[in-house]
Amino acid sequence: MSLGFIMLCHTALHRAAQVARYWAEAGCPVVIHVDSRVSARAHDKLVRDLADVADVRFSRRHPCEWGSWGLVAATLDASETMLAEFPQVQNVYLASGSCLPLRPVDELQAYLADRPRTDFIESVTTADVGWTVGGLDRERFTLSFPFSWRKHRWLFDRFVDLQRRLGIRRRIPAGLVPHLGSQWWCLTRATLSAIVNDPNRARNDRYFRRVWIPDESYFQTLVRVHSTRVESRSLTLSKFDHQGKPHIFYDDHLQLLRRSDCFVARKIWPQANRLYREFLSGALADQPRAEPSPGKIDRLFSKATERRVRGRAGLYMQSRFPRDGWENGRTAQPYSVFEGFADLFEDFDSWLSKTIGGRVHGHLFAPDRVHFAGGETIYNGCLSDSAALRDYDPRLFLTSLIWNTRGERQCFQFGPRDNQDISWFMTMDPNAQISVITGAWAVRVFRAKGEFSDLRREAARLQKIESDHIAILRSHHAKARVRIWNLAEFLENPMEPLQTIVDEISPNALRRLAEAPRLADLTGFGRFIQDLRNQGMQPTLVGDIPLGEDPAPATNRRARPYLVK
Amino acid sequence: MGLIGSYRMRLQRRRWRLRALWRRRELTPVQDRTAAIRRPDILACVCLRNERVRLPYFFEYYRKLGVNHFLVIDNGSDDGSREWLADQPDASVWTTTASYKRARFGLDWQNWLLRRYGHGHWCLTVDPDEFLVYPFCDTRPLRALTDWLDASSIRAFAAMMLDMYPKGRIDEQPYHEGQDPFEIACWFDSGNYTIKRNPRLGNLWIQGGPRARTFFAATPEKAPALNKIPLVRWHRSYTYVSSTHMLLPRGLNLTHDDWGGEKASGCLLHAKFLDTMTLKAEEEMQRREHYAGSAEYAAYRNGLQAQPDMWCKWSEKYINWRQLEILGLMSKGNWA
Repeated sequence: MSLGFIMLCHTALHRAAQVARYWAEAGCPVVIHVDSRVSARAHDKLVRDLADVADVRFSRRHPCEWGSWGLVAATLDASETMLAEFPQVQNVYLASGSCLPLRPVDELQAYLADRPRTDFIESVTTADVGWTVGGLDRERFTLSFPFSWRKHRWLFDRFVDLQRRLGIRRRIPAGLVPHLGSQWWCLTRATLSAIVNDPNRARNDRYFRRVWIPDESYFQTLVRVHSTRVESRSLTLSKFDHQGKPHIFYDDHLQLLRRSDCFVARKIWPQANRLYREFLSGALADQPRAEPSPGKIDRLFSKATERRVRGRAGLYMQSRFPRDGWENGRTAQPYSVFEGFADLFEDFDSWLSKTIGGRVHGHLFAPDRVHFAGGETIYNGCLSDSAALRDYDPRLFLTSLIWNTRGERQCFQFGPRDNQDISWFMTMDPNAQISVITGAWAVRVFRAKGEFSDLRREAARLQKIESDHIAILRSHHAKARVRIWNLAEFLENPMEPLQTIVDEISPNALRRLAEAPRLADLTGFGRFIQDLRNQGMQPTLVGDIPLGEDPAPATNRRARPYLVK
Repeated sequence: MGLIGSYRMRLQRRRWRLRALWRRRELTPVQDRTAAIRRPDILACVCLRNERVRLPYFFEYYRKLGVNHFLVIDNGSDDGSREWLADQPDASVWTTTASYKRARFGLDWQNWLLRRYGHGHWCLTVDPDEFLVYPFCDTRPLRALTDWLDASSIRAFAAMMLDMYPKGRIDEQPYHEGQDPFEIACWFDSGNYTIKRNPRLGNLWIQGGPRARTFFAATPEKAPALNKIPLVRWHRSYTYVSSTHMLLPRGLNLTHDDWGGEKASGCLLHAKFLDTMTLKAEEEMQRREHYAGSAEYAAYRNGLQAQPDMWCKWSEKYINWRQLEILGLMSKGNWA
């Protein structure tokens, strides 16, 4: 019993010659089809190169444009040659000129001998394939495609539209159930000759001549008619990307290919000298072998496709610059924004960083400079603390910071004194956790020394900015995790909101907050608010701060019981 | 962009091409080996002045990547660059003493050479201090990349300029001939870049890096552009518009993905900040032949005198392309 190879060659004929020689010398007859678009000189050279090898034949040449009937015609002619000239051949393997055998031929023969009368051909009904590119699956079989998809895309599309609109359908010949699958198969002599000598062959050929990409459906459909046992997978390792273009193997895939235990791989870069050297040298013969397991290679290529299609969340760079709403994640990871806390508490930054163990910055968007944690002038990724550089592109400043610090949670302060250009961006970002104490800026105004009229003007300005900001946060577009308290509300019971925020940042922390951050001195604050009111300004964002009685949180008050974990 | 806009672009393209045609008079061939260029060859197009000490490593680097032929314009060197270039078996050399500035910083000359010799070839247009790094460049030659780009129907490959700098003063470690410049200048900024779209030509405009942070911290809009598209499957109707930052027709500038995915891209490691720089800044200030009245060089000269160390503790030390990929400065796209 013997195995025969059909090779369809288009380019890099010297590599095809190498592989053909390898197979022929291992005792497997080879029938080569050379695309008729290849120059006669190149073709003759290939014939000369292989003149000394006995069991090599060349079949009638057809033009093999991608997705055209020529590929099937070439395969059929080559199959006829193979069946006629090599009666000892029991299995026929269809390969391309850019295929490379990864395991010795006798292992493949043994593998086939263990599975007699089995046809290895990927063959799936149109309803079940998810990989068709261009959205045509069933319609491949019911429409006509006289125009080339590669060369005359516009005509191709218009003609498809026209047929759809007019409701023109071709009838699928009786007895055929359309199946699709990889072009590369390994059929038994019985099945292949049944297909080639099918009494309906003329009808079948006429029909498939106008099917789109017949090389992926002709044998896949007919095998269902003639085969007794179809193993629906290809023995050729061949992966396609999202555009339906085959992935290419290079020298650096050597180990991966070795460990895949597949028999044949495609497509190999013609100049991958090391791959050709290693796999054709026969040095790989005595290795323990298992079932083909292309899993690792699958993962590698599907990751590559994923990167091309979805990219890395939160990354903005030269070849990934998504439009609004197409980011697949505006930032790389969650971060927290605190508004008003630093005004209300003393040393809030250090308290927070001690509590959650993340990085706590000051006001990153402050007008004078970027207040990085620890007063750094340059931060991760060489971000500068220059306000001008930051304000040149605040969005990219923030996304860069979050990207540069992947793996470490960033927290920062924000408030009405800061550059507000970033408001919308944060609000729309599901990674942002924004906690706001509205009106807390009043504490800083209250504690500032100065003319009351200046303070009043400042308070009015800040209140205006903050209410605009709050309106953005409350917009129905908001995707961030937003919590808003007014100052009066917050002061009633500051521990509970803090606990909630901290729990969300580090959900695995077991302990309750032991130490509260220290409140700023608020003696006389109620009076100050009343004075603002008396001067005609309504501090609405502060909430209901009672006059005279200075706000102070009820100590040790537990509003809700916590479970002891 | 409507019909009128498109037509205007076409006129502009024609203008640059005519300009290139006009400026070709200024070029005198020193050594013309273009007859040796074969059909699949990858070409490099370089315009330089007084770079003798850098040339040996530059040629070695690109030969190893698989550049087959170098098209070099020598803009009046007097340090032996021309003679050295003429001796290289894979270089064709032209010389000119005409104004660099009036040739749009050498671009007209390069557009001409690309048009004349680059048609149908993959052409790499770089400066002598720019070194291309692309995905898998340590295991796959440039030809593997261009074959893959061809198979994917991609005509242009973006490579952002990545400014490399040494630790300490830039004149501390002298660069000697034939040395890998990144033995000295091996540090870079990994994540402080800004990106804007150029609605007119469709390209991205990238700024930032060490130059923006040390020399342009107060005037970021003046910081030099870092986006580059150095590798193009050339057609005689193409033209570079402004340095290698952007091209016409506009389709060539779409080297980024708008819908969240990543296209394949590389980096041009920029070995400008070596001890050769101080001399250069001095000379260029006198010649005033550089962009925007050599404002960049003025900024460098002032910056270099005042604050010579670009290095900071967050600087990254260059290891290989994979590091740049992980940091998000370049991408493999769907090349695996």
